[in-house]
Amino acid sequence: MIEFTLWDLVRNLLLAARWTLLLSAIAFAGGGIGGLALLVLRVSRNAAAREAVKLYIELFQGTPLLMQLFLVFFGLPLLGVEVSPWLAATVSLSLYASAYLVEIWRGCVESVPLGQWDASASLGMRYLAQLRLVILPQALRLAVPPTVGFLVQLVKSTALASIIGYSELTKTAQILTNATFRPFVIYALVALIYFALCYPLTAAARLLERRLAAA
Amino acid sequence: MGYELDFAALLQYVSLFLEGAAVTLGLTAVAAACGIALSIAGAATASGGLAWARRLIAAYVELIRNTPFIVQMFFVYFGLPSLGLRLSAGAAAVLAMTINLTAYAIEIVRAGIEAVPLGQREAALAFGLSPTLIFALIVLPQALANVYPALVSQIVITMLESAVVSQIAVVDLTHVADFIQSRNFRAFETYLVITVVYLVLAVLLRRLLARCGRRLLAGRAA
Repeated sequence: MIEFTLWDLVRNLLLAARWTLLLSAIAFAGGGIGGLALLVLRVSRNAAAREAVKLYIELFQGTPLLMQLFLVFFGLPLLGVEVSPWLAATVSLSLYASAYLVEIWRGCVESVPLGQWDASASLGMRYLAQLRLVILPQALRLAVPPTVGFLVQLVKSTALASIIGYSELTKTAQILTNATFRPFVIYALVALIYFALCYPLTAAARLLERRLAAA
Repeated sequence: MGYELDFAALLQYVSLFLEGAAVTLGLTAVAAACGIALSIAGAATASGGLAWARRLIAAYVELIRNTPFIVQMFFVYFGLPSLGLRLSAGAAAVLAMTINLTAYAIEIVRAGIEAVPLGQREAALAFGLSPTLIFALIVLPQALANVYPALVSQIVITMLESAVVSQIAVVDLTHVADFIQSRNFRAFETYLVITVVYLVLAVLLRRLLARCGRRLLAGRAA
């Protein structure tokens, strides 16, 4: 049997944390793109589009993320797509993130004064031009703090990818525990690493919010 | 050759579904009751207690809110036995859910307390009520009424997050799904049905709690 020193545990966990970070980054990018596309529909004048996005949000916020992971993991193969845990995790976390981001961003868009819509319409702008050139740049300022806050939730959510067998931080902890029988130390270290990843984001979100309130 | 969805294969497991749903709701109910009670104590301390107690609560809230629930649960179930605290899977699940919910609920209740106008406290003080009575009779009901929708949301989130307790072999709704799909190899159909059950439970729980809230806290919001 291989002996693990404390440093070996820390080293292995830190290496695994890279995958947690990468998964978070990809899910945020995917969720951001998806969220933006949904946002265009969510604040549009088309009632059917608005209702469809509302339903999407209801479904993803009203069911466990674990079930969403399983459905992608076991559902995509039925459509003939070869699914690795990595693909299933990135796809389902992106879908999940987009459902939250669109709601956060809708609030920001709606707090841009209505006169901005009227004024840009009077300049002859169409809907997409209004959003891109007038509304979104103003909403962006408001959107930064809550978006950073949501990142904390997203980083924590990546831990569920361990359940479908993707070797990020939590899965690595399980593997190390099975090899060394030191669950107390390992899970405490894992919690610390997650804390080190998430707390700066929490603090940044709080700081940005305070700055925005003062501005 | 296409794949034919077959939901009929699930019909024989209806009683298992119901048992799993009962376990999920039971875990949520216990965690919610304990978590709300603890968070009221925590929020009261955080908004008026001793400095060291306030710091302790702030540290607890930050620690829990910045780590994943599944890691907290693994720590409770696999880690605590090293300290001599050996819990059954069910007890570990409830403890982890309570620890998690309490941290979020403390922040919510504290916001509610801070939103109660100072004049309410001063008026009660002028009537000669003791600080304990002022908190219990004047501040707390208004504070809870202020933030009741947020508390309901947090309880629903706790129920949805409880899906991971299946990982320490608690026989909840998700564990039932794992079991069934290992027998009939209909993973997609099984998880789809279970997902719908979670959705229905979430909607019903939200409605039920909203109705209870209207009864208990009617007209008290500050």
